[in-house]
Amino acid sequence: MSSLDQSLKVSGPGAAPDDAAAQRDRRSRRRKTANLRFKLYGLAAIVFAVGMLATLVVSLIMTGYPAFTQTMVRLDIELPASEIDAAAPSDANYGKFFRDALYGLFPEVKSPPQRRNIARLVTQDAEYMLRDTVVAYPSMIGKTHSIEFTASDILNQLHIGAIDRELPSDRRSISDAQIAWYDKLVAQGRIRAVFNTALFTEADSRHPEIAGLWGAITGSFYALMVCFILSFPMGIAAAVYLEEFAPKNRWTDLIEININNLAAVPSIVFGLLGLAVFLNFFGLPRSAPLVGGMVLALMTLPTIIIAGRAAIKAVPPSIRDAALGVGASAQQVAWHHTLPLAMPGILTGTIIGLAQALGETAPLLLIGMNAFITQQPGGILEPATALPTQIYIWADSPERGFVSRTSAAILVLLGFLVLMNGVAVWMRKRFERRW
Amino acid sequence: MTFLEGQAERQGIAIGASGDTRVRSASPAAHPATVATSEETPIKMTARKLSVFYGEKQALFDVSLDIPDRQIMAFIGPSGCGKSTFLRSLNRMNDTIAGCTMTGEVMVDGINIYDRVVDVVELRRRIGMVFQKPNPFPKSIYDNVAYGPRIHGLASSKEELDEIVQTCLARTGLLDEVSTRLHEPGTSLSGGQQQRLCIARAIAVSPDIILMDEPCSALDPIATARVEELMQELQKNYTIVIVTHNMQQAARVSQRTAFFHLGTLVEWGMTEQIFTSPVDDRTQGYITGRYG
Repeated sequence: MSSLDQSLKVSGPGAAPDDAAAQRDRRSRRRKTANLRFKLYGLAAIVFAVGMLATLVVSLIMTGYPAFTQTMVRLDIELPASEIDAAAPSDANYGKFFRDALYGLFPEVKSPPQRRNIARLVTQDAEYMLRDTVVAYPSMIGKTHSIEFTASDILNQLHIGAIDRELPSDRRSISDAQIAWYDKLVAQGRIRAVFNTALFTEADSRHPEIAGLWGAITGSFYALMVCFILSFPMGIAAAVYLEEFAPKNRWTDLIEININNLAAVPSIVFGLLGLAVFLNFFGLPRSAPLVGGMVLALMTLPTIIIAGRAAIKAVPPSIRDAALGVGASAQQVAWHHTLPLAMPGILTGTIIGLAQALGETAPLLLIGMNAFITQQPGGILEPATALPTQIYIWADSPERGFVSRTSAAILVLLGFLVLMNGVAVWMRKRFERRW
Repeated sequence: MTFLEGQAERQGIAIGASGDTRVRSASPAAHPATVATSEETPIKMTARKLSVFYGEKQALFDVSLDIPDRQIMAFIGPSGCGKSTFLRSLNRMNDTIAGCTMTGEVMVDGINIYDRVVDVVELRRRIGMVFQKPNPFPKSIYDNVAYGPRIHGLASSKEELDEIVQTCLARTGLLDEVSTRLHEPGTSLSGGQQQRLCIARAIAVSPDIILMDEPCSALDPIATARVEELMQELQKNYTIVIVTHNMQQAARVSQRTAFFHLGTLVEWGMTEQIFTSPVDDRTQGYITGRYG
């Protein structure tokens, strides 16, 4: 330390000692402030980025959380054995049983238009839900049951407080009479908010209260399966060939440049290609996860090839030399050594590629995966939607309930993306190898 | 031997009943700086007018050299003199380098290894290699040694494979040190142990020739001494070619020495002769430490 002190005290030639010391002092102070400034810029950038992310997530949660609860209305339904044929329970008039129970709660309301307004408090699919329940449990016939029905969107909005009842009645979607009936139902203890399982178990619907994501989740799952099955083996084969076997010449350079460029092609172009080739030329079914998966595979392929090549390149050449030195063939070197060692990197790249594909919307719009489909797909050839296209459809729907459902669907999609990236990070940590 | 005999028949070359082909070294007149070999030793490998190019750049100029059977031959010379290039061309490891081409021929037991009919995989089984930096596979010690025999189908049963692994580890003196942890990764060993593991891996496929590319340059003196001892031991059964920067090592372990300089073979012959009475001034200068 003393020698350092000494050297700091040595003055420059021709300058008075104090002067030189002051100069050094100034310079060191400037250097320190510059350092500090530089650090603060970085910090500010991070704070900004995290702030934006937090804003996004918080606003999504704020808008989306009401969609995770659903208001239910409990009605006492009488199922007279005389009116239901036990042999064919689906033929009975369930609309009548349902309406009898509902209107029975408000004996003072007689006029048909008013009664229709009452019916609008419960989802329009209530009678079908009742029918399906009875068909599933025929032992219910002949008794009176207390059954909970999904409330309609307006009642749901009112119950969760999204509709301000102080507003003049022409500026809200629920009438004064309907609010009065709602209050009566609440007073009778017939209204209850529950966790909205339908959001995860039902397919799309025109009525927000019974619209769910399950159809889109299965559609996305099938499309990603097709995408993985096509792009993973093809991507690895291409990466191994380019790294281990291909001669280095103008042609392989050209291929490499093109693969890198493909990764940057706007995704809608792949959608157009899918439309022109897969649908119009090969005549594959429209809106099918098969075609969606094929288009997404085209997009994921460059990502997997690039990640695969990087992972293969990272395997030390000494391992290849060692294997070649004991007389392994090029194919044995690739299968026994290079690929197993590169696999964590390849898988990480693949998962990130698939996560990208999961969030991709534009190509799916072009091949018709934004259709209105109320059933979950039974296979890769049946029409389906995917999570991002479902969000797109819902964001376009005017009903109030779809606003929060759109945000909820985005949260679900983000959840899947975080999960997939988490798996990628975990795998990288788990299988990381050091030489 | 059977493999190359088969290759030889295809090439129309007759091989003696013993299978031991002796290729006479070319007359000293063809190699001006060659110290004539006094004793008669069978020759295992012969290089004739071997030139190697990396793209446009020529790395090796018309090297002709005989490598005796079951002896240790050392290649010495300053960095970049082409000795490693020459070594790697002896088992066609240069094939794996993009843009590397060569002319001339390398004969092993009378067969040109660059002939089209030669199977390079079988060739590399016959001519093993140990590299400068220990490079065990990131697998268990056992699997490191067992890998070669497995891919070449040298063992028909688990017991036989165990036997090969045990023998090879024993020959490299590693067995006592690792017998209790055969299934731990090979990379967990010390540097010297790793290098001996690599030698065990090389001899596990029962080669005839072992090429060693500066096998001790990454090792400490004690590990080096251990590997040198091992080489002396292996010499009884294998032809060994070693590239070394360490002239003392060449003098200690080898019977023959070849001195390379700027891509040419300057001088080669018996090790004592090279070190005591070199013919060429450049050799003299290098071994006395004037440059290098």
